[in-house]
Amino acid sequence: MAPEQLDATFMALADPTRRAILARLATGEASVRELTEPFAMSQPAISKHLKVLERAGLVSRGRDAQRRPRRLEARPLAEANEWLERYRQFWEGQFQRLDALLEEMKVAEKKPGRRRR
Amino acid sequence: MASSGTLKVTTPTDREIAMTRVFDAPRRLVFEAYTRPELLKRWLGVHAGWSLAVCEIDLRVGGAYRYVWRGPDGAEMGMGGVYREIVRNERIVATEKFDQSWYPGEAVGTVVLLEQGGRTTLTMTVRYQSKEVRDMVLKTPMASGVEAGFNKLAELLPTMAQEIK
Repeated sequence: MAPEQLDATFMALADPTRRAILARLATGEASVRELTEPFAMSQPAISKHLKVLERAGLVSRGRDAQRRPRRLEARPLAEANEWLERYRQFWEGQFQRLDALLEEMKVAEKKPGRRRR
Repeated sequence: MASSGTLKVTTPTDREIAMTRVFDAPRRLVFEAYTRPELLKRWLGVHAGWSLAVCEIDLRVGGAYRYVWRGPDGAEMGMGGVYREIVRNERIVATEKFDQSWYPGEAVGTVVLLEQGGRTTLTMTVRYQSKEVRDMVLKTPMASGVEAGFNKLAELLPTMAQEIK
């Protein structure tokens, strides 16, 4: 995944309204009007958030010309998640090495006359 | 996973990222594993053909540390900083900067060790100065930094992933 795409994804997700919109779209496509309903916000304000999400490739528009329903695009999220998981796994790998080292240190400490320092 | 907890990643503030992990050992051992070069070389950054080739530590406030990793095909990555605070077995605060960093300023890392019933909860928090840090992190997982969106994504994705399926 290109860093620019990841930037755009994280930027888009940094806002609670946009996350709520995505969560709503995860249950199925919806028109701008339907998306506006649960929020104490004007339709233009919601449209602005949708534009950010669209630019980030997280949301696309459906075919119905009248309703122009918005749809969740799962792929960028899945890719961002993959990166996040790699990052976590890297550190988990590091800490598993540390686990093994600590076990050795505990054993070494218990042996009489073999204390370090 | 009997002996240890899973790694948790959180963002306490906009500029920070924190990792929390439980180790089945008293904290003085964890402190040693974090501050003695011969022990650090056993685990830190050791993966996929990389080793911690240089590890110099002057463990006192104002003292410097320097790490250099060597990887496959002669690749090298270095970082270092200065200790700002040291409470033996409990807490280390140090600046950190990578040699090949494109970003202005340095980050500040804080390691806190809490012991309970012979087990240690380690929290490693890194506070960054700039947005560009994230771009660097994308290129090397060794640098632990991202912005607030990162953790929010972590919270959001498990639920969303289920919903998407």
